[in-house]
Amino acid sequence: MIPLPYYLLISAFMFIMGVIGVLTRKNAIIVFMSIELMLNAANLSFVAFSSFLGNIYGQLFVFFVMAVAAAEAAVGLAIIISIFRNKATVNLDEINLLKW
Amino acid sequence: MNSLNFFNNLGYAWPETIITLFLAILVIYNLVYPQARRALGIISLLGIALALGFTIQQMWTQFPTDPSWLSGFTRMLIPDKIGIFFKVIILIATAYVVLFTEFSEELRGTFDRAGEYYALIFGMLLGMMFMISANNFILLYVSLELVSYSSYVLAGFMKTSERSSEASMKYIIYGGVASGIMLFGISLMFGMTGTFYYFDISRLLMMININSVLFLISGIMIFTGIGYKISSVPFHFWTPDVYEGAPTTITAYLSVASKAAGFAALIHLVRNCFVGAVATDGYWVMLSHFYWKELLVYLAILTMTVGNLTALWQDNLKRMLAYSSIAHAGYLLAAMSVLSNQGLIAMVVYFSVYLLMNLGAFFIVILIQNKTGSENIDDYNGLGTRMPFLGACLGIFLVSLTGLPPTAGFIGKLYLFLALVDAKMIILAIIALLNSVISLYYYIRVLRHMYLTKGNNESPITPSFGSVLIALSLAVPVLLFGIYFTPLIEWAKTVVLR
Repeated sequence: MIPLPYYLLISAFMFIMGVIGVLTRKNAIIVFMSIELMLNAANLSFVAFSSFLGNIYGQLFVFFVMAVAAAEAAVGLAIIISIFRNKATVNLDEINLLKW
Repeated sequence: MNSLNFFNNLGYAWPETIITLFLAILVIYNLVYPQARRALGIISLLGIALALGFTIQQMWTQFPTDPSWLSGFTRMLIPDKIGIFFKVIILIATAYVVLFTEFSEELRGTFDRAGEYYALIFGMLLGMMFMISANNFILLYVSLELVSYSSYVLAGFMKTSERSSEASMKYIIYGGVASGIMLFGISLMFGMTGTFYYFDISRLLMMININSVLFLISGIMIFTGIGYKISSVPFHFWTPDVYEGAPTTITAYLSVASKAAGFAALIHLVRNCFVGAVATDGYWVMLSHFYWKELLVYLAILTMTVGNLTALWQDNLKRMLAYSSIAHAGYLLAAMSVLSNQGLIAMVVYFSVYLLMNLGAFFIVILIQNKTGSENIDDYNGLGTRMPFLGACLGIFLVSLTGLPPTAGFIGKLYLFLALVDAKMIILAIIALLNSVISLYYYIRVLRHMYLTKGNNESPITPSFGSVLIALSLAVPVLLFGIYFTPLIEWAKTVVLR
């Protein structure tokens, strides 16, 4: 059996990759993928803790998070389509009408 | 087996049940009669009125003060009086937003989708109600996301407007990151405590001493999700953009209701997880595992200073009100940082007043936007003489937002400062006072443009009867509570002191 710290390290790594992706990428769809990566990092650590503690609630939460993430993907893609219809781009640098 | 009896548990959630029911009614009604728009507004108001009745009735219901395993959906949902207060605030705000929609010209192009608009507002309302009484991280997370997703769509509801879609885009990116961070914080908290229930965490903290850095980090990560909802400073970047781009009715809703839900969630998180006991003088005895006091004090100072200083050079009125709402979040965080019942009373008083004056200011902005098609401050030139009544109302709301007597805003600020001085947090009180003085400049600037600068157009604007009635229903209480505020204070005391 693989010990708990390995799972947590991978989960922390995934989370940091997600944060870096959100901060550096310019394409809206890739930014959304990075956000999903953050959520799934949290899922991994939930499942790891749940198995380690012998507590079923962590796995229960993961189901809620998966449903919520699906909803987020739906809403996010709808918003991307609406912005693409208006501006014909999904590059975040060009979405800059509102500032200061 | 009491906890498994669904109908027993429903007693804890009647208002939420009513809202869910009316959400379904709205969707089905819109399917059957796609053209009937006004009826949707009336159905919404009916649902809100019913839910308000049940919420107020909960005020007199005795709920077990010592939460056992058998209460409220296995303790996930605990309606206490402070939660009921915030629910009342949110329901009133929703009713006003539904009314404002009738007067909004910019939403006219979306009237063929009015059914979705009202259904989404009800979805947001449902999420906020659950967020307020959540006593469990699962419920907190799911309801926070319900609020967020409804508001993302509502912010981008004017599909053909570039600004509206851009606002919605920025909102969902910031929101997604904030909730992802919050979720990771919850997972760390779960790993350390093995539970999602606030009361179990509190019980655990009483028994053992968790003094790890990880605990601190996970607490701050959880605060991120809530801090983004109340637009506290390091997480405030979405606020001005979304407030400017979203339809003004939704801006008003976000600035009052989702902020109220965020503060209620924060109060419950702090009070149920980290407070050991309440001392006889009203101060909370904190379980010494998390630096709530320091965190809240610094965030309050940052939030109000950044909000007020940035508001100084805003020319768009919606953007200015966005920064002003950040500043008000700072004052409320200052009241929270006292960590006592007095601070909570100050928060309750401040929020009751904030509801009236902020909704009022946004309503006048909507009406002016209908006539001039702009929120730019230069287009407000000479409006004071063109529309004397609405101009005077906006004057009252802005003076009240500054916190000057004889308006209700003064009472809110007064109780805030009293709570701060009573807790010997003099420096924070002085900073809050200086911030109020700064805020005077940008609020009064609007009035200067309205009354002292001549506009190009001199033709008078007559407001419709309905809009006068709504403006009066907000302006009169603002003046009344400024002079006769005893009932407000008494009510706040009954709410906080159980």
